[in-house]
Order: sequence, then structure tokens, then C-alpha cells
Amino acid sequence: MSVGLISLIVLGLAALGFFLGRQKALSSVKGDARLLHSLPSYYGWSVALFTAVPAMLVMIVWLFVQPTLLETQVASTIPAENIAASGNISLVMADVRRIADGLDLVAARAGLDEAGIDALRADFSDLRGRLAEVGVALGANVDGAILAAAKEYRTYSNSLRLGMSVVVLLAALIGAGFAWMRISPDLRARNLVEQFTMALLIGCSLIAVATTAGIIASLVFETWHFFQLYPAKDFFFSLTWNPQFRGGSDLGLWPLVWGTMYVSFISLVVAVPIGLMAAIYLSEYASPRMRATAKPLLEILAGIPSIVYGLFALVTVGPLLRDWIAGPLGLGNSSSSVMTAGLVMGIMLIPYVSSLSDDIINAVPQAMRDGSFGLGATQSETVKRVVIPAALPGIVGAILLAASRAIGETMIVVMGAGAAAQLSLNPFEAMTTVTVKIVSQLTGDTEFASPETLVAFALGLTLFCITLALNVLALVIVRKYREQYE
Amino acid sequence: MNDMRIVERTVSTDTAKMTARRAQVYYGDNHALKDVDVDILDKTVTAFIGPSGCGKSTFLRCLNRMNDTVASARVMGEIKLDGEDIYDKRVDPVVLRAKIGMVFQKPNPFPKSIYENVAYGPRIHGLARGKAELDAIVETSLKKAALWNEVKDRLDAPGTGLSGGQQQRLCIARAIATSPEVLLMDEPCSALDPIATAQVEELIDELRSQFSVVIVTHSMQQAARVSQRTAFFHLGHLVEYGETGQIFTNPKDPRTESYITGRIG
Ligand SMILES: Nc1ncnc2c1ncn2[C@@H]1O[C@H](COP(=O)(O)OP(=O)(O)OP(=O)(O)O)[C@@H](O)[C@H]1O
Ligand SMILES: [Mg+2]
Repeated sequence: MSVGLISLIVLGLAALGFFLGRQKALSSVKGDARLLHSLPSYYGWSVALFTAVPAMLVMIVWLFVQPTLLETQVASTIPAENIAASGNISLVMADVRRIADGLDLVAARAGLDEAGIDALRADFSDLRGRLAEVGVALGANVDGAILAAAKEYRTYSNSLRLGMSVVVLLAALIGAGFAWMRISPDLRARNLVEQFTMALLIGCSLIAVATTAGIIASLVFETWHFFQLYPAKDFFFSLTWNPQFRGGSDLGLWPLVWGTMYVSFISLVVAVPIGLMAAIYLSEYASPRMRATAKPLLEILAGIPSIVYGLFALVTVGPLLRDWIAGPLGLGNSSSSVMTAGLVMGIMLIPYVSSLSDDIINAVPQAMRDGSFGLGATQSETVKRVVIPAALPGIVGAILLAASRAIGETMIVVMGAGAAAQLSLNPFEAMTTVTVKIVSQLTGDTEFASPETLVAFALGLTLFCITLALNVLALVIVRKYREQYE
Repeated sequence: MNDMRIVERTVSTDTAKMTARRAQVYYGDNHALKDVDVDILDKTVTAFIGPSGCGKSTFLRCLNRMNDTVASARVMGEIKLDGEDIYDKRVDPVVLRAKIGMVFQKPNPFPKSIYENVAYGPRIHGLARGKAELDAIVETSLKKAALWNEVKDRLDAPGTGLSGGQQQRLCIARAIATSPEVLLMDEPCSALDPIATAQVEELIDELRSQFSVVIVTHSMQQAARVSQRTAFFHLGHLVEYGETGQIFTNPKDPRTESYITGRIG
């Protein structure tokens, strides 16, 4: 049985359990629902939840464990010389899996039964050709041992699947039976459902936290790998970034971090004042009708994909800056520059800053403004002295969000600032950022285990640390200067 | 203490500080205030009484044009301060509000320190030259509002951290720090204990020597204690307006009588 079918059956059982549970609760008090501790539907829910949740949990755990079990079982049947021939057990296992899947397809097309598949022989029945017909292309003829392993893989995986179906359905039935037995007028079904709901919510937040932890762990792991191949001292203290195809590269972090900082800084210098002032206009000065039209228009800007902004940088802003500013001032003749990327990214960030700040400024209670107006303050004095300070934590949050976007942005940088890593103060020179180099190092054709590729993870971790530090900094600032209203 | 004791009714002057003629307020289609005629005398405490929702706050907000900040509100009729129409186009509401201070029904201290709350008005109007003068204004305002002793050691603490009654007194201190000519107080004592109430009432009586005070209250006793003139509002109408002693001992309108004796409202 497939996972989808099992889930459907479990859900059906849960629905059935709901009605039976409700029925039993009602009949235990002869239909007088007032004698029950909780509303009848809560009894139904308690049975439904006990049916579905443990069964689903069992299934999820099983699905996680199954592949590892399968691999170890099958890997132990493969002779050592086959592993030695392809160099790596995981490569062999990939072949086994592909052939196993292919066998299913071949069987389906040729109408073979289990015995027919069992009878397939690597040396007689042109397996490679038949597999190719169903879309499984292999690099070499199928080896006898590998075919045996693939067959083993199929049977074992089928029996595991069957085992899972049985166990999951059994869990659902046991849960349903247990919950159904417990139903009595005194059962606090309402509290039970409440606890289940809470557990569900906790589970969901745990998933978010665990994912973050997982991402960090994988970054740290690969970074540690990188530092075994490349000295950490050079990564952190070298001022040149010059990866070589055949080893001996300089992988200094600073040119990239500098580029990231420079571009982000310019973009924030553009986005924060404009966005903030637009937000103040929208929330404090604009008439409701003006606001209703202007705000969605601004938000459309936020919906434009960054690659479109990148095009704008490449085709319009870059050449414009080169011909009208950088050229005449003798500051350079490259159309991709930090300034181009920064300006365009700033435009992209305006709606982030303005839309969020506008919501936050609107949340400042009218009573604060009334108090200020009542003392004879003008609108701009009220905004400057009362509204903005009260909204500050939220505004800092909005700016921070914009900064994180700026630091993580890749497309606009590639198209606007170029890909040359260098340390320079001149904003009209081409530079590049951490994200761009992560992409180019990972998509290059050096092998995966080389420092030139693994450096991407170290760069990613650096980026993560920078944004984390920014967040902490903002938190400290907000704590210190917050003016809290109720 | 005899709560219905009537204070001495001597009104220092009979000149009207503010006059309202046929004042109307609409909130959208809701006609909240109908044909109100009132003379608020100089250096006098005027009390507005009436059941909840009768338009006391609405009328109070007309007097310093705070209704301008409510998008749906429309004010009609004529309201004058010292003979000048305050709804005239040439009148700057900002300047007007500096002259007519207001304490709101709900305490609304700024999310700033206690000191900054009180110094806010003097700062924006440039009333103090130098830090020492500002300190003095803050101190006298807090003392008048009967809050100084409680907060003098923590002037840097946020005003929002005070209790509800302390916040209300902070708002009073904030309003008198700008030395307005008229002070509008919307139920200033509704969150105060009897001691603080007595102090605020003392303050109101003291302020009478310098400004006109208008106070909205739900307490008949308070109106009787602190005011010289009383206006009774009912369903958006000004039912009766006159000397406080007369309103409480000898009301002309039957509605006033039943309200002060507790039969309506
Ligand atoms: N901002 C507003 N928007 C719309 N209607 C309002 C607004 N403020 C007051 N009103 C309406 O105007 C009428 C008078 O309200 P007002 O606040 O003046 O009453 P009040 O006499 O001060 O009552 P209370 O003693 O409860 O404070 C009420 O019907 C109220 O619904
Ligand atoms: Mg009111």
C-alpha cells in the first residue's frame, strides 16, 4: 500500500472514530448532553485524535528509518570487489536503487510477475537495453551481483512497506479502541482536546527550530571540512580572493565581506530615508483615499522579482552612472559598479521599509497623538517627538529586515556590480559580494571535496554570523531606546 | 465631611472667556451635539455634568478644536475665545491649543520619562530659557498636580510605568506646564483615590485665580464642590446652565432635577 492510501485509510478510521466516540458518549447518558463533562463533539474528537495522531507519527518515523535499514541490509550483500570497482559504496547503492526502480518499470511494461522478475538474468536477458527502453540509462552492462542486490532491494523494500502498512493500521486501531474504551460521562474530553492542540502547536514550533538547527549544523560541518583543507588563518586574514582551478588559491574573506557591506550600505542609505518618509506621509498626512491607492502601488514594487531589477541595473542605471557621473569625474569606466547595484537594490528595498513602517506607525495609539496635539504641537513635531519614538522598535525591525535582504541579495549584484572581488573605496568600481561568490564557487566545475567548493559553506556561515550579529545589535538598540506604549 | 457643601460662589469676573452659540457636532450622520449655547466665564470653574454619551466630551473637544483630528467630525455654529471665532480660517489650531490646555478622559502619558512628559509643552513652545528654568517648570507643575512627592526620585523613569491615577496626574501636570488660559479637564478624577481627588480639586480651585477651568465629571459632589457654574447635558442638548448652587438646589428643568437626584443617567 502506498503512503497516500494508508493516510487516507487512517483519516477514514479517524472520521469513523469521531462518530462512534460521539455516539458512545451520547448513549452513555441516554442522549442528555448536559450530563456529559464536555460537549459531545469533544468526545468524538478525542477518539479521532487518538486514532490519527499516533498512527501518523509511527508512519513518519518509519519513513525516516526505512531507507537506512534498507541500505545497510542490501549493502551487506554486495561483494567487496564491486564496491572497489566503482570506488564508493554510495555510488554502488545509487546504481542498485536505479536498477531496482527500473525492474519495476520493466515488469510493468512486459507484464512480468514476481517469478518473471526473479528469472531475469544479467547475462542472458539484455537487461541494459530493456532498462534503457523504460528510461533508465546505465553506464555499463548490469553486473550479476548488482542485479542480485537490486532484486534483494526490491523484495526487502516491499516487505518493509507491507510491515509499515500493518503497523500503522494497527496503531490506528489500537488508538481508536483505547480512546473509545475510555469514554464515560466523566471523561474530560474537552481538556484532552485542549492538550492535544497544545502539543500540536508545540510540535510545529519545534519543527521550525529544528530546521534552523539542522541548517546551521550542516553549515558548521562543511565549514569544518573546509578548514581542514585550507588554513583558517588565510581565510580570515588574507586580503585577496583569487580561487585557482588547479589548487593554490587565495581564499581571503575580506574582499567579499567588504563588497557585501558596501553594497548593502548604499542600498540602505537609499531605502531607509525614502521608505521611512513615505511611510510617515502615508500614515500621518495622506487622506484615507490617497493611502488606499498609494500603499498598494508601493507594494507592487515589492512584488517585482529581483532579476528584473537586475536587468534595470544592467541596462539602464549602470550605463547612465558611467556616462554621466563616473566618466566625467574620472572615477572609472565600468558600467557595473557598487553604486549601480546599491542604488537599484535601494529602490527594491523602499517598499519593504515603507510598508512595514507604515503598519507600525499606524499601530501607535491615537491617544498619543491627541496628547501631543492637545499641548499645541504641530503635526511634524508630533511625528518627530511622539510617534516615531513610540514606533522605533518596529521601525528598527523593518530596517533590519531590509538589511538582511540587502546582504542576501544575489541577482542584482551579479548584474549590477559584477563579479570581480576587490577591496576598494571607489563606489564606481566593480565589486562583488559573498552571495555571488557562494553561487559561483558551488556551480564551478572543481570537484566537490576541494577547498574551492567547500569555501562556499564557510562563506555561508560567515553571512549567517553577520546577520545574527546585526539582529543582536538591533535588539540591544531597541532595548535601550524603546519608548513603550501600552 | 459634608459632601454637598456648596463652596462660596463668588465669581471674580463676569466677563465671558469663551462663548458658544448654536454649536453643533455631527459624527458622520450622528448628530452628537445640538444647539449648545454656553458662556464660559473668565477665572471660573465650570462643570459639565450629564449621563454617559450625552456629548460632554464632544463639546469639550470643540473648545480647543481637537475634533479636527477626528475625520468624521463636523463642527458648526460659532465658538469664540476672547471675542474671536476659533473656527475662523485665520486661526491656527496649533496656537489655539497652546492657549487651551486639555486633560483627556483616559490618561495618555507619552512613552517618555516623567520629566520629558512634563517638559514636552514648554520645550515645543520655547517657554524655558535654559535647563534650570525648565527644571523649575517641571517641578512646580508636578507639585501643583500633587505628584511631586511620589516621583521626585525617579523623574527619569517612564511615565507609562506609573499607576493609572498617577498617570492622570502626570497628564494634568503636563497640561498646566504650558500655562494655558483655559484648562479643559475630561473626568480628571475618575481614576483617582479620595486623597488624590481632594488634591486635584484643591489644584482646580487654585488654578481658578489664573485660568478658566472646565471640568467634566460624573460626580455630583465634585461638581458641587469645585465649580461655580454647572452645565447639564442630556442627549446632545444643553438642558440647563447656571450657577452651581442654583442647579443643585433649585433646578428649573425637571430633567436636571431627576438627574441630580439620581433618577436618570
Ligand atoms: N470619535 C467619534 N466618532 C464617532 N462618534 C463619536 C465619537 N466620539 C463620540 N461619538 C459619539 O458622540 C456621542 C457623544 O459622545 P461623548 O464622548 O461626547 O459622550 P460623553 O458625554 O463624554 O460620555 P461619557 O460620560 O461616557 O464620557 C456618543 O453617541 C458617541 O457615540
Ligand atoms: Mg466623555
